[in-house]
Amino acid sequence: MTDWLQHLPVLPVIVPLAVAAALIPVDERERTLKGSISFLSTVAVFVVAMILMRLSAAGEGALPGAGVYQLGNWPAPFGIVLVVDRLSALMLCLTSGLALAAQVYSMARWHTAGHHFHSLLQLLVAGINGAVLTGDLFNLFVFFEMMLAASYGLLLHGSGPLRVKAGLHYVAINLAASSLFLVGVSLIYGATGTLNMADLATKLPALAPESRMLVETGAAVLGIAFLVKSGMWPLSFWLPTAYAATTPPVAAIFAVLTKVGIYVIIRLGLLVFGTAAGASAGFGQSWLLAGGMATIAFGAIGVLASQAMGRLAGYSVLVSSGTLLAAIGLGHPEMIAGALFYLVSSTLTIAAFFLLIELVERGRDAAADVLAVTMEAFGDFDENEEEEEVGVAIPGTMAVLGLCFLVCAVLLSGLPPLSGFIAKFTLLHGLFDVPAAGQARTISAADWTYVALIILSGLAAMIAMNRIGIRTFWASIEGTVPRVVVIEITPVVVLLAACIFLSFQAGPAMRYMQATADDLLNPGGYSDRVLTAPRAGGQ
Amino acid sequence: MELILSAGIGTLTASGVYLLLRPRTYQVVIGLSLLSYAVNLFIFGMGRLRVNAPPILEPGGVGDLARHTDPLAQALVLTAIVIGFAMTALFLVVLLASRGFTGTDHVDGREQRGD
Repeated sequence: MTDWLQHLPVLPVIVPLAVAAALIPVDERERTLKGSISFLSTVAVFVVAMILMRLSAAGEGALPGAGVYQLGNWPAPFGIVLVVDRLSALMLCLTSGLALAAQVYSMARWHTAGHHFHSLLQLLVAGINGAVLTGDLFNLFVFFEMMLAASYGLLLHGSGPLRVKAGLHYVAINLAASSLFLVGVSLIYGATGTLNMADLATKLPALAPESRMLVETGAAVLGIAFLVKSGMWPLSFWLPTAYAATTPPVAAIFAVLTKVGIYVIIRLGLLVFGTAAGASAGFGQSWLLAGGMATIAFGAIGVLASQAMGRLAGYSVLVSSGTLLAAIGLGHPEMIAGALFYLVSSTLTIAAFFLLIELVERGRDAAADVLAVTMEAFGDFDENEEEEEVGVAIPGTMAVLGLCFLVCAVLLSGLPPLSGFIAKFTLLHGLFDVPAAGQARTISAADWTYVALIILSGLAAMIAMNRIGIRTFWASIEGTVPRVVVIEITPVVVLLAACIFLSFQAGPAMRYMQATADDLLNPGGYSDRVLTAPRAGGQ
Repeated sequence: MELILSAGIGTLTASGVYLLLRPRTYQVVIGLSLLSYAVNLFIFGMGRLRVNAPPILEPGGVGDLARHTDPLAQALVLTAIVIGFAMTALFLVVLLASRGFTGTDHVDGREQRGD
């Protein structure tokens, strides 16, 4: 039993990888079989992620090997380690949950649009899981590349001029970012002689000033690579186009890709440049703050300006990234827990919204869109006809879709009572949190700007969702009600239900997030755990 | 040695960045390749330059740090080369698909006046 448990941390990487490889030789016509195998594998990963989360919630001691898995049984600074803690377990759950939703959704029709959809999805999951588990910088690069390579394939899934054009830009930008990643990693290695994150954190405070400068340069270059991924303002123009061009199940799982960039920034920022880092503590925070705020503003303007729902969702991704980046940049330890809650809630919401968009738009044709815009500009010109339509029942499908849309709108704009509101509330509560008696804390101009931006971005989301909702659901039905299969609406409902569940269980969820934040703010604990972990089989 | 290496990295990076910003997809591919060569040399340089020092122990040899060069940087370069190579191949496929769909090799899929 203990032997089996010991290998738990490596399963979220190995299982999808093996399944992806096994599915490639299977004939493309056996799609349902491929989909089912792939589904079962993701369920297994989800279960493992849940077990890891439960164990890590009970404390590191409950995890097998204190959560440190030594690949090849080499101790930490020399070998590569996988590290499970509350944050990585949370990301594992989020990723595999989204992958499940995307997979079920794709099995209705989207996986027929091209080859090897399920293999690519499994590779993406393996890459993300590896990236959140690894405790080694270069290994992080390898998992990042794996994730990106799979994402190139998935973005191009379904082909067509629009996707290929967006894909070309996406691939070019990410290849350039990967070069920066390598430059950053090798600078850090050249200056400190280590690639292990825990080892790096312990070595940094004692570094000579000239090496420290190199490490900081390396970290800055590395940071740019992650910020491209997470969509910070001047580096994010590719994002809405790429996300809007891709197929809906892929867009849903892509919602977590930006969060992987943010995960790495949280992890490295608090571990390596945390309070214990001496002269380098809080390195780069002012850049994150300024960039994050610019991202919120840009995203909010984009949300207001977009006519198509796909682009609206793309800009919502940017708003969510910006909110998180600026929250990290403000550097108040009280806000970390709220930021993590926001990360989970907004990712689930946006993924559900991406899935919902296609279902809603299926019934509309492009001409109706143009008509709607014209009607807005020149007023209603067929008032007489509407008299005859009084009493037409709303079709059941439209009612369900409309309800889901409503929940999405409430979540995206952060209105009470759902988790979008709770997330923003906890962020702001952390911002204004009065510290222990005796310490006066002033609320700076940056804090106020952040508050204003968060509230205004919520307002922008509400206006945009209102406009699109009215145009879609309250317009006269143009004959075609979208045909929606049960397995397409189920993932949307489940993702939204997860958000609603988060709203009702906000207490336990926030306790978990608070414990995660406490972990992150105590980088010494992480380093000790990784560096003192015993080898398997004695010694 | 140091001068040649740094001048090489600088030239490759400059040419790579210039080509990356050009409007033709083929130029972008070459730019990305040049950039990845520059990065590979850079990683190599980060392991410190040593002439006539092997990265591995010979059988029966003594493990003396003064006589060996850093093997890790070389291992990293190898990984980076493989990944960079695969990504270039993948980008070429996307390039060809784009060319097939749009009939032009402009990165935006359509010609612009003045190019």
